[in-house]
Amino acid sequence: MRGAGRLWRSGEPFIWLTGGALALALLLVAGLVGLILVNGLGFFWPKDVVRLALADGTTRTGQIVEREPVPGKAGQFRIKLKVANRDLYGADFQWLEEGQVLRREYPGDAVVIERVEWGPLIGVVKELREGGKPVAAGPAAGWAEMAKRLPEATRIRREIRGIEKGEIGRINFEQEKIRLKLRRLELRGVTAGPEAVRAEGLPRRPSRGEPRGEDRVDALQREMADLQARYTEQEGRLAALRARQTVSVLVAADDGKEKDLPLVQVVNVYFPNAMGVAAKAGHYLGKVWEFVADDPRESNTEGGVFPAIFGTVMMVMIMSLMVTPLGVLAAFYLREYAKQGPFVSLVRIAVNNLAGVPSIVFGVFGVGFFIYFVGGTVDRLLFAEALPTPTFGTGGILWASLTLALLTVPVVIVATEEGLAAIPMGAREASYAVGATKLETTVRVVLPAVMPSILTGLILAMARAAGEVAPLMITGVVKLAPALPLDSFWPFVHLDRKFMHLGFHIYDVGFQSPNVDAARPMVFVTTLLLLAIVVLLNLFAIGLRNRLRRKYAVAAV
Amino acid sequence: MVGPIQVAASLNPKAGPSGIMETPMVEIDRLSLWYGEKQALRDISMSVPKHRITAYIGPSGCGKTTLLRCLNRMNDLIDGVRIAGTIRLGGTDIYDPALDVTELRKRVGMVFQRSNPFPKSIFENVAYGPRILGAKGRADLDGIVERSLRAAALWEEVEDRLGESALALSGGQQQRLCIARAIAVEPDVLLMDEPCSALDPIATAKIEELMLDLKNSYTIVIVTHNMQQAARVSDYTGFMLLGELVEFGVTKELFTNPRDKRTEDYITGRFG
Ligand SMILES: Nc1ncnc2c1ncn2[C@@H]1O[C@H](COP(=O)(O)OP(=O)(O)O)[C@@H](O)[C@H]1O
Ligand SMILES: [Mg+2]
Repeated sequence: MRGAGRLWRSGEPFIWLTGGALALALLLVAGLVGLILVNGLGFFWPKDVVRLALADGTTRTGQIVEREPVPGKAGQFRIKLKVANRDLYGADFQWLEEGQVLRREYPGDAVVIERVEWGPLIGVVKELREGGKPVAAGPAAGWAEMAKRLPEATRIRREIRGIEKGEIGRINFEQEKIRLKLRRLELRGVTAGPEAVRAEGLPRRPSRGEPRGEDRVDALQREMADLQARYTEQEGRLAALRARQTVSVLVAADDGKEKDLPLVQVVNVYFPNAMGVAAKAGHYLGKVWEFVADDPRESNTEGGVFPAIFGTVMMVMIMSLMVTPLGVLAAFYLREYAKQGPFVSLVRIAVNNLAGVPSIVFGVFGVGFFIYFVGGTVDRLLFAEALPTPTFGTGGILWASLTLALLTVPVVIVATEEGLAAIPMGAREASYAVGATKLETTVRVVLPAVMPSILTGLILAMARAAGEVAPLMITGVVKLAPALPLDSFWPFVHLDRKFMHLGFHIYDVGFQSPNVDAARPMVFVTTLLLLAIVVLLNLFAIGLRNRLRRKYAVAAV
Repeated sequence: MVGPIQVAASLNPKAGPSGIMETPMVEIDRLSLWYGEKQALRDISMSVPKHRITAYIGPSGCGKTTLLRCLNRMNDLIDGVRIAGTIRLGGTDIYDPALDVTELRKRVGMVFQRSNPFPKSIFENVAYGPRILGAKGRADLDGIVERSLRAAALWEEVEDRLGESALALSGGQQQRLCIARAIAVEPDVLLMDEPCSALDPIATAKIEELMLDLKNSYTIVIVTHNMQQAARVSDYTGFMLLGELVEFGVTKELFTNPRDKRTEDYITGRFG
């Protein structure tokens, strides 16, 4: 009894309790991150292709992705085989009972071909064809010839894409601008060239210095015709390029099925069974790079997530630009200028509780206020010519960022206020004592001292914003954005555009994809990437804060 | 213009420490102060003579700091402070509503009980006031900073590390830096609220020496709870108790020949 009492008084059990709580919390977080790491990091490693001879006399070729006990049958296992070739078999995956497998072999000539549609193709190269006629036969000769012609095919594919996205994209963009200009003139009552105007005897008199509206209609229509000509020319180029792509590769799959694949659709080819560790590592790095730097393919289940990375980072940046001044100014008013009393306390409690409002509610507010009200008004006033197609009256990166800024402003206010409260009165008095005004004191003494706290608030806000999905889904995020919100077309930053976002990408790929099994690893990889981005953004802000702190704050002796 | 008067006429009809007539710098007339309902100063009248060191002594909570902070209207920053009576600085009423408080504070500098350098460089600390006043040129500021640091007897110790953080200085150096910061705007009066209370004896001795130097150019008012210090440096001393100025007079006389029983009890250590 006395021993227990002494033990309790010694404080030992309490240390264990607190330490245990911390350990449990760390374990949970580590488990979550570990799960993501294991599932995410392994995805790009090229798995060997196994050919299974089954008891019923058929064979299955593919990559083993899972092995688990058969439910209800002790001691028996089944394997999940990624057979790919969705266009040939109908599904990417097959479950096989291990008891049915007679033999396993790892043929060195088994090839995995990544292509622009239908997911990967697994099989053996049988033949290379040009214009339908065989050029080389057999795996070795076929691959040799294919490797020779692949760069040209890739070049053509890139060129086609370049024309579609670059030249034709630019023409479309300019045509749309001219169409809007014409529409604007039309809204002013100017619809035709000078002849027509004269015939109708319209009394419009243009102001000096500006080309007459009627002349502009003509000019614009001429420009439009020019663009149309350029468009036709590019179309011709595309057709010529497409006509040149006649090389195809014939791949043999299981059960005598074959696929005649145009070479221009081939994105990547590898022979996993013949690769050493170094080759696999190289392949891995290439895939990682493709993931972060490329556009998505096949409804986001293949390719990269670059637009989503870009959208996430840009949205967080815009949000930071909005939320910092707003939150800091509000906190300054609350702490430095408002008369402290019950009302200010009430405001403070309200602000704190704002952080607990479900984020989707902010999204709904964003839709109602920013998109319909503000955006709708902006459209009516500035973009009337585009109506009924909305410009700002629909979801876009600006509205999404503003909605998130609203969502995170309490965090910045609270952090800034705490920082302000921690500044000793002596610092302010020292400033007043040499004759500084309140404004001078605020700007020269208080603001620098509170800067680290502001950055702390911003760090928390950014972390929250980067991980938020629900309000974005209704304020401007899409599963596939046709263009980035930042490009080379005037005015370069397109705040009205819809954008892609990693958090939404996870949801979309994981739960909205037509082929969930194939997409699942993408979920983990994307999560990993989102985590990495949040960590990077935080490290940047923390570094900045520490530099500010270190600048002068050496502990007083 | 206020003519020469006899110092603290209401309390001490005799002349100054050397028997000469003093010029009053600050005149306090029937000053009372309330923090909300609580009265902290009661009907205080006295004059602070020019280019002398005037000290306030008294037990904790008797209102020394409050009185000092009335002289540069630092109490304005506190909610619920109410004041009656007048204070004149060189003849002008400093509580005149038309007066610009920042102008007053430029003329009446202050050094605080706890040294409070800004978390900036040594240079920026001293240059802070002049910058507020509009000094811009680097050469101007260099000159002011050097002059102020020399006046505060700190120049030799910091001249080759002006860019370093002021917070890296020792306690005594920090307090002298605060003095340099206060005199950089060339005030007429320097208020010091227990400037040595957190310092060791050597640092204290340095500051006391400095005060004796500074009194040639500034009128100094110091609050201290250390009677030896008041006796060592001040020309005039006031003894306060419970918000009242019990006795005010030439330091030597107050310490050797107090006229009030309460003063005598205090300086002989019988209470406080
Ligand atoms: N900001 C304040 N609000 C209310 N009361 C105060 C405040 N500052 C000081 N007081 C009170 O006024 C009296 C005098 O305080 P102070 O001038 O600081 O005394 P001293 O400096 O002599 O120790 C004390 O009773 C103290 O409690
Ligand atoms: Mg005090």
